[in-house]
Amino acid sequence: MNQIVGYAFIFIGLGLNVIGCIGLMRLPDVYCRLSSTVKCVTTGTCSILIGTIVIKGFAGASSSGGSIKAFLCIIFLLLTAPVAAHAISKSAHAFGVKLWEKSACDEYKEDKDANKIS
Amino acid sequence: MTPKKIRWFFILLFIVASLVFFVVYPVPSLLSWQSACASKCFFVLMICFGMCLYRLLRGPTPADRAASMFAMGILIVGFCAILSIPTGRVWYIDIAIAWALQSFIGALAIAKFLEGKGFDE
Repeated sequence: MNQIVGYAFIFIGLGLNVIGCIGLMRLPDVYCRLSSTVKCVTTGTCSILIGTIVIKGFAGASSSGGSIKAFLCIIFLLLTAPVAAHAISKSAHAFGVKLWEKSACDEYKEDKDANKIS
Repeated sequence: MTPKKIRWFFILLFIVASLVFFVVYPVPSLLSWQSACASKCFFVLMICFGMCLYRLLRGPTPADRAASMFAMGILIVGFCAILSIPTGRVWYIDIAIAWALQSFIGALAIAKFLEGKGFDE
């Protein structure tokens, strides 16, 4: 039973990873690519780690501390991945990467021109 | 047949061929202890790595390459987590934690470098 539920979590995570990587390949813009990829890949990898926790058992003797490490890894991923994506997109905007031509608006640039943010 | 239709035909052929390969052909396991399910998971992750490599090689701007490198770093975490199941070795998850932190620091460093600032600002 543990094996079945755990592999179900792992396959959900793999599907999310594939969807995120298709977004990385097909979308037209750096910002669209970051927005799709980092969300999907982070959620998928967290689902894979939850699957390993379910298979090993959370605090049993068979896990020997691996489940707690996997839980720590989930917390690290959820904390660090959005920060890194935000830093990459902000630096891309400062580097001068153009938006897609069908994008509606660029509020960050408007706020910069109006001196609302440094 | 316009060139765009020909390109889409080849992409569809590639997807169908990879699905047939995934269902029919058993992936040869590198080591004897790998279960069949884990090797299928490795196959799916390899497809993800291929897509990330496409964007890494072809990305028009440096930010694309940084994003795909970061995505590959997160995918390696999942790779290590799956590898720890059939082996029963816990230290693969240690590798996963270290790799997550290292890819985070690498992404921040590349972001600072693209922004044109020094590392101590």
